[in-house]
Amino acid sequence: MIRFITRRTLGAAVTLVIIAAVTFFLFFAVPADPARLACGKVCPPELLEQARHNLGLDQPLFAQFLAWLTGIFTGRDYEGLGRCPAPCLGFSFVNRAPVWETILDRLPLTVSLTIGAATVFFTFGVATGVVAALRQGRPLDKIASVSSLIGASVQIYFAGTLALYYLVYKNHILRQPKYVPFTEDPVGWLSGLALPWVVLAIIFTANYTRMTRSTMVEQLGEDYVRTARAKGMPGRSVVMRFALRGTMIPIVTIFGVDLGTLIGGAIITEQTFGLQGLGQLSIRAVTNSDLPMLMATVLVAAGAIVVFNIIVDVMYAVIDPRVRLS
Amino acid sequence: MSNPFLSVRDLTVDFHTEDGVVHAVDGLSFDVEKGTTLGIVGESGSGKSVTNLTVLGLHNPETTKISGEIRLDGEELIGAPRSTMERLRGNKVAMIFQDPLTALSPYHTIGRQIGEVYRKHTGASRGESRKRAIEMLTRVGIPQPKTRVDDYPHQFSGGMRQRAMIAMALVCDPDLLIADEPTTALDVTVQAQILDLLKDLQEQMGTSIILITHDLGVVASTVHNVLVMYAGRAVERGTVTEVLGEPRHPYTWGLLASMPHLTSSVDMPLKPVRGTPPSLINVPPGCPFHPRCDYMDLVGGEVCKGERPELSPHRGHGDACYLTLAQKREIHK
Repeated sequence: MIRFITRRTLGAAVTLVIIAAVTFFLFFAVPADPARLACGKVCPPELLEQARHNLGLDQPLFAQFLAWLTGIFTGRDYEGLGRCPAPCLGFSFVNRAPVWETILDRLPLTVSLTIGAATVFFTFGVATGVVAALRQGRPLDKIASVSSLIGASVQIYFAGTLALYYLVYKNHILRQPKYVPFTEDPVGWLSGLALPWVVLAIIFTANYTRMTRSTMVEQLGEDYVRTARAKGMPGRSVVMRFALRGTMIPIVTIFGVDLGTLIGGAIITEQTFGLQGLGQLSIRAVTNSDLPMLMATVLVAAGAIVVFNIIVDVMYAVIDPRVRLS
Repeated sequence: MSNPFLSVRDLTVDFHTEDGVVHAVDGLSFDVEKGTTLGIVGESGSGKSVTNLTVLGLHNPETTKISGEIRLDGEELIGAPRSTMERLRGNKVAMIFQDPLTALSPYHTIGRQIGEVYRKHTGASRGESRKRAIEMLTRVGIPQPKTRVDDYPHQFSGGMRQRAMIAMALVCDPDLLIADEPTTALDVTVQAQILDLLKDLQEQMGTSIILITHDLGVVASTVHNVLVMYAGRAVERGTVTEVLGEPRHPYTWGLLASMPHLTSSVDMPLKPVRGTPPSLINVPPGCPFHPRCDYMDLVGGEVCKGERPELSPHRGHGDACYLTLAQKREIHK
């Protein structure tokens, strides 16, 4: 187990370096000059040169990348901006704010959004899937599959805007979505994010309902489920302990991918509800040609996916004793 | 004769499928006496397993139509409430399935799977049921039961898995044990061990056993009574000496002729039963075996296609065929 995790972590690190490198060099393939953006509207050549030097863009590309990479582990010194301690991701090209701190500032919102929405879509999706599987072909099953299809087809900016209009602005049932740290005000955290959670969960739930239903139907036909019934196990225990266990394997797989993706930033959701999370940050980094910020958001997003992949693999072994980690 | 422990009367099981109604079992009756073994033989799809799953009430009620009577120790099982069935299953009636690899849960330890049956039916504690599981594993001959009890099925060999399955079936001392081809997935030496084990357990505890098999060798060595099934019906019934010694139904002859004998020459070809088993959606009218039967001409042929022959005589060695007893004796000498 420990060996497995160590090996996978090393592999993950390599993956992340490769992703970072690709992002870095792709950035320079785009015909946009961050120095010109930083310099301002009226920009004489010598000022442009100065800006380019300040941003470190006058160095060879490879040296820039290497400096960025080593900075993460050792920290870096910047002319005029001072020391950037490890893990140093540099300073924003746009407002010269330290990138790492900006990320740390935005991360709690994105993590909160992810945890809340994931709790909703996981429990609700799996529960409806189980019910649908047990009521195969009956009205409840049909309702579940039709509504999950509708849910999957709805776009967040549509559902979210409607919900905002009716629930918040018109009828004042909920308040404007707003992030309050959980540690400061748990109730405010919950009520501030409830709407984005539900709206975000709507599109994800369908996947879980469908996957749970089909796997569960398969599992209920398994010999060992029949054995459990032949032993006199009560119906609920047969479903919860025997059939659901095997159903969890594909569910955990998609759950890991979804969590990883969401930590990278729920761009549309954040935009719709005006939340300042990692998604907003990454969009702004792209439009502003803000290389350090862009690198950081990509790194967080990729890191989340890589980490959840490892967790999913470990979960396989936890769920199914036949799986050996090696 | 006292009341039989299990008595099945006019059992009919129909499955509704997209292709039509499958008549899996059609008017089947049989008895199992206390402490005896009934062997049910027949080709795949003859309704052997369906019959026994019906005894346990394991069919989906939405798609299955069941009629007739199944009395277990005087208690009617058809239409019995779910709670009754859950109380009986694993407790009074237990089942051993064909393939122990798929029939045991891959996600739980052997000990837990055995112990939970005991807990469910006796209300024992976790510790007690674990102890009981170890005791059962010892009884079925698993080496080092104290450590193996925490193993998962995939850590067991095929024979050990089947032993564990038997231990699981016997943990509540059931009065009736249904073994659905318990040795098919095992190699020959292990087969013999498993059958001996079942026999020993029967002698010790007086369990009634229904042994479903298509292996007549197994039948000869283990059972007291035999029921030969074809297309969801009983075609011959009797004690093992009667059915194997003086078989009366053409299908039974066919089964016996298709088996290799140690005494016959290696060059002698085996004689399979001609044709294929009928579709259970369109069962041939009359005797379902008539399209494959070689002896129709002896009774004029038409009668076999018309009325369905009943199992006769009513008690003892009976068969469902229009040939006269003399003809049967003449053909099978």
